[in-house]
Amino acid sequence: MNARSPKISLQGVKKAFGEKVVLNGVDLDVGVGESVVIIGGSGTGKSVTIKCIQGLLTPDQGRIEIDGENVVGLGGTERERVNKQIGMLFQAAALFDSLAVWENVAFGLLAEKRINRRDARDLAVEKLALVGLGSNLIDLSPADLSGGMQKRVGLARAIAADPDIIFFDEPTTGLDPITADVINNLIVAINQKIGATALTITHDMQSAKKIGDRIALLYDGKIIWAGPPDQVDNSNNPYLDQFIHGRTDGPIKMALRA
Amino acid sequence: MNFLQTIGRVFLAFLATAGRLTIFTASGITHCVRPPFYPRIILKQMIEIGYYSLPVVGLTAVFAGMVLALQSYTGFSRFSAEGAIANVVVLSITRELGPVLAGLMVAGRIGAAMAAEIGTMRVTEQIDALTTLSTNPMKYLVAPRLIAGLTMMPVLVFIADIIGVFGGYLVTVYKLGFNASNYLQNTWNFLEADDVISGLVKASVFGFIVTLMGCYHGYNSKGGAQGVGMATTNAVVSASILILCFDYILTEMFFAK
Repeated sequence: MNARSPKISLQGVKKAFGEKVVLNGVDLDVGVGESVVIIGGSGTGKSVTIKCIQGLLTPDQGRIEIDGENVVGLGGTERERVNKQIGMLFQAAALFDSLAVWENVAFGLLAEKRINRRDARDLAVEKLALVGLGSNLIDLSPADLSGGMQKRVGLARAIAADPDIIFFDEPTTGLDPITADVINNLIVAINQKIGATALTITHDMQSAKKIGDRIALLYDGKIIWAGPPDQVDNSNNPYLDQFIHGRTDGPIKMALRA
Repeated sequence: MNFLQTIGRVFLAFLATAGRLTIFTASGITHCVRPPFYPRIILKQMIEIGYYSLPVVGLTAVFAGMVLALQSYTGFSRFSAEGAIANVVVLSITRELGPVLAGLMVAGRIGAAMAAEIGTMRVTEQIDALTTLSTNPMKYLVAPRLIAGLTMMPVLVFIADIIGVFGGYLVTVYKLGFNASNYLQNTWNFLEADDVISGLVKASVFGFIVTLMGCYHGYNSKGGAQGVGMATTNAVVSASILILCFDYILTEMFFAK
């Protein structure tokens, strides 16, 4: 960890949906410019963690700090101010299908009126080039693109406003191994280029090792292990070992009946 | 004991839904009057509601006017009061059938489409994406639709009124063989501004109801394709019932003195 205060800090974050406790005291610090990957099984609350940071969900307990400011319970314009510095790549890209590709990429800037519509097209071309897409598809509808291309457009949209923080929600899920690797490389390159703080959630270990400066394992509502990627394979942590080797037997009991 | 539990559970669920809907409505209305506005989207929704619904609403109105003329002729001819056909047609159309039929048609056309579109946006995380791109989904998705519904339905119903009266005219003059200028004269003489205005106020309320139900059910849809399907059904059914409910309430307010 560097000496400065962390960019994102989660302290004892708890969230339950009715009887079901999803987050049970998550503690995690992400340093400025650091790339942290949260791994964990399906339904362990990885997405919930990110949604809590963005304010899409409100945690029941705990603090979430961005630049030292507690953002839990912020609403309206305050929340918009915080979210302005956050970009997000959604699992299924979540492109607006009623808008053309270029409008999708420039959406955040257009919404804040930081750019007019003519400049927005140029900006979209520029950002799409960063993710390896040509200017020939800016007028297409997102529905005309393949899954991998949609992910790239989503990535271009996430970085369009030069965010300080980027969230990647399962960036490689549903892609073939080669496209997944392309996306991984893009994420690494973009993190280096714009120097953003990145928080990724995934269950793809290859992706996690490639993207992350640090990997954290979320299990049973808590971060039970965190460390650099090269320590993942010899952590002597039975939970982590079971997860990275994908074994059914071990301390992690998947809720198969649920 | 189980029986009481069921009643309690249903009652609590009803209260929770009513509360959620009230909060949603209040939030939607406040976002209609607070900037930023999205004129491009408001215009798009206005065209969708006002212009593209014209054929459906027009057809409904012309046939409603025609059947009214035919039915009232059957009744009135027993009293040799055929001259009253024009009055019945114009009053029924402007006060009741224009707004209600247009409302129901638009509920099927627009309410369903809105619920499906917003519901799909919900389940594909597009609504979350809006929030992360510092755009308030209530402002971007809901407010423009409410504004469009509120303003375009009266326009639509005004046109439907004219088409409906024309439908009655067609049957009365060409099928039943009455004098054309008498018919128009009767229509004009018996029509009062209140009849038309009350109908247009109703139309505005119905437009709000339809768009509100479409947005509310879409916005709160859960799950995948099934959830969106359910949202669409609920939007149309609830809008239709509320239209008939509010039709009575508004009629009571306007005319029961």
